[in-house]
Amino acid sequence: MKRLHLPLLILILGGIALGIFYHKAVNLGFPLLPAQQTDNWVVEARVSFAPTGGAVTARFFIPENPPGMALLEEHFISRGYGLTTTPMGPNREAVWTTRWPSGPQAVYYRATVYPLEQPRADQAPYPGPVAQPELEEPYRSAAEEVVQKVRERSADITSFATVLVRDMNHPADENMQLFVSATDSDREKVRTAIQLLAGARIPARMAHGIQLTDRGNDLQPETWLEVHNTRAWVAIDPDDGTVGYPDDFLVWWRGDTPPVRLDRARDAQVRFSVTHNYQNAVEVARQKADLLDSRMADFSLLELPVQTQNMYRVLLLVPLGAMIIVLLRNVVGLQTFGTFMPVLIALSFRETSLLGGIILFTLIVSLGLAIRFYLEKLKLLLVPRLASVVIVVILLMLALSILSHNLGIEHGLTVALFPMVILAMTIERMSIVWEEHGPADTLRQGIGSLAVAAVCYLVMINPYIDHLFFVFPELLLIVLALTLLLGRYTGYRLTELVRFRAFGGGER
Amino acid sequence: MSRWFVRPSTLRRRGVMGLNRRNAQLIAPLNPRHYYPLVDDKLRTKELALEAGIAVPELYGVIATNHDIRNLPRLLARREDFVIKPAHGSGGNGILVVTGRMQNRFRRGSGRLMDLEALGHHVSNILSGMHSLGGQPDRAMIEYRVRFDPLFDPVSYEGVPDIRTLVYKGYPIMAMVRLPTRDSDGKANLHQGAVGAGIDLSSGITTRGVWHHRIVDLHPDTGHPITGLQIPGWERLLMLAARCFELTAMGYLGVDLVLDRDHGPLMLELNARPGLAVQLANDQGLEHRIRAIDDLPTRTLPPEARARQAMDLFHTTARPPA
Repeated sequence: MKRLHLPLLILILGGIALGIFYHKAVNLGFPLLPAQQTDNWVVEARVSFAPTGGAVTARFFIPENPPGMALLEEHFISRGYGLTTTPMGPNREAVWTTRWPSGPQAVYYRATVYPLEQPRADQAPYPGPVAQPELEEPYRSAAEEVVQKVRERSADITSFATVLVRDMNHPADENMQLFVSATDSDREKVRTAIQLLAGARIPARMAHGIQLTDRGNDLQPETWLEVHNTRAWVAIDPDDGTVGYPDDFLVWWRGDTPPVRLDRARDAQVRFSVTHNYQNAVEVARQKADLLDSRMADFSLLELPVQTQNMYRVLLLVPLGAMIIVLLRNVVGLQTFGTFMPVLIALSFRETSLLGGIILFTLIVSLGLAIRFYLEKLKLLLVPRLASVVIVVILLMLALSILSHNLGIEHGLTVALFPMVILAMTIERMSIVWEEHGPADTLRQGIGSLAVAAVCYLVMINPYIDHLFFVFPELLLIVLALTLLLGRYTGYRLTELVRFRAFGGGER
Repeated sequence: MSRWFVRPSTLRRRGVMGLNRRNAQLIAPLNPRHYYPLVDDKLRTKELALEAGIAVPELYGVIATNHDIRNLPRLLARREDFVIKPAHGSGGNGILVVTGRMQNRFRRGSGRLMDLEALGHHVSNILSGMHSLGGQPDRAMIEYRVRFDPLFDPVSYEGVPDIRTLVYKGYPIMAMVRLPTRDSDGKANLHQGAVGAGIDLSSGITTRGVWHHRIVDLHPDTGHPITGLQIPGWERLLMLAARCFELTAMGYLGVDLVLDRDHGPLMLELNARPGLAVQLANDQGLEHRIRAIDDLPTRTLPPEARARQAMDLFHTTARPPA
């Protein structure tokens, strides 16, 4: 039984991990690859305004059933505000109210959306033919002329609208020129088009939306024309009359109104920003888990605040680095400074990139080592000596940053990202090894440490591994099992095959 | 087979022990962690050895605090030569050898002179932990300077040659002479560049040398052959090594002995984590010898009998010089 203890433990750990992994990956559909997440977007609108005194009400249109898109989740971030959402004509409206605002205010609306693979059948009841607008001469007869001409070249409502918009963009006769000018904005064009369509008794409306681009900030809403073809609303591009919204276009609100309306406040500003959502495929899987009533997803890291999540993205890779160290030390036989120092060095490489990191690290450590040996000559006691090394390391980092900045090398600035405690401890350990085992060993261990750190770094920045461990933290149990397994490895280290090569000499 | 590495199967057949196996099968089960202070602190080792009647270099005095440095002149008053070393030193660091004095000045092993004040500073450094592992505060020992046997004069470069014996469960199983070189800076550690010469346990004659993982038959600095040297009083020396097992109850022990011209073999220090280079020096793996000890019917013999049994068991068939 005692002999089976460890193998059983390893089997159980591996079994549990693989079981959870399989359940999450296959039954709940958690994505195995990071690439499966990229079709999802987080859209954020920042509404800011300046109160003019008294209780403030801010009304802001928010998307509802945007064509081709599905709303997955929405958050309202507004401290100290009361919030209601109400339908408002074709739109949905968020109403923020507060009694005592002070200073400039900002509220946020954040939504997670994803493109629908199959657009939902957007049945909208036909509002009926609209009344013809009351126009004065010469507009009245000009409008009739325009409608007449467009009708001759079109087959149905949609193509009527397309032809009309094309004509508006390239006015051929004086009738059309009466309505449009080359300097018209999209909004004005759409306004005119609605008027002219009304002349043909076709219901039309204005729509506003944003084109989703990754890491888009300060996006401007675009204005589109929608006409009702008696079955559904059809989008028409006001610039060239093409039908239908482009991919990744999120319709935000409809109607010829600004998105924000304020009571007792002014200077309304809306800023839209968009980013690919990291976890959304995961989110979908989680909602699926909710539907299946699975408790598994409740223990997900994704419930944690984003900042903590980001910390765990890094922390979860440390065990992997530790296992690599076990492998490289006990099976390969590389020598390193300290046991887990290379993992810490690898973590700092994440900030500096590999090559730059290695160069900077070597530079700082060798300079620090030189100083350390100078301090040795001064015959200082241990703790003051260590403190002096820390001070000198900081000064070196400072000098390197300033120097490289003046030379225009951006890499030098990242030197500040090296934890200086790690640097100082590396220097101290190196000098101890130097004294006790000589420079050859120091060099060997130094190169060993950097090599191990580089391997750890390369594994840790791998987006697939990053993703796998973040979404499936149970994989850590497998890392644990493998480490336990390695703990029983009593075979030769690879370097010992070289070290004991003299034993092979006698037989051939 | 390549000259750059050796097949694992060859190593296994030769019974060579790797570091992983040493840690898992020898050190972890045989050397209880709480006995480590006994061997890491040379003062305690010395006390234990004296109680057990094992010959060690005579201790002239101990300095434990900076305040005590005032006593240094009194401690050294009638000493012509002596050694100052840290109690927790490792790798031969912080060892100061004084070979003679001219009034108030002390002549070091290297020939340089230093005054009492410099000596006091050296002691102060030792106390601050400059030479001990981990930088912990330490004590300085002042002891008898070994006048090593003239046998080793042609085959060592400065420093003190010593004899490392591996003692497994009380039985000496392998031994080598460690000869300082210019590379090793007078220190007797193989990984610092000292030469190790294997010793045939049954006769006490050196077999072959290893230097930087290579086989050598001549001392790299002096050019003298290091094979075929007869170590005087070999049986007595092995018995001394075997007796060190009773001091610490460690099942896997490295015993470092020196041969003094006048006092014979003296125990310098013990090592709870002895390295594996001794296998190269003897062209023998440890595993076969360990198995031979484990196969012995009785293992409750007195040290002298154990040493004699080891001499019977392990005789290296000396390889002819290449």
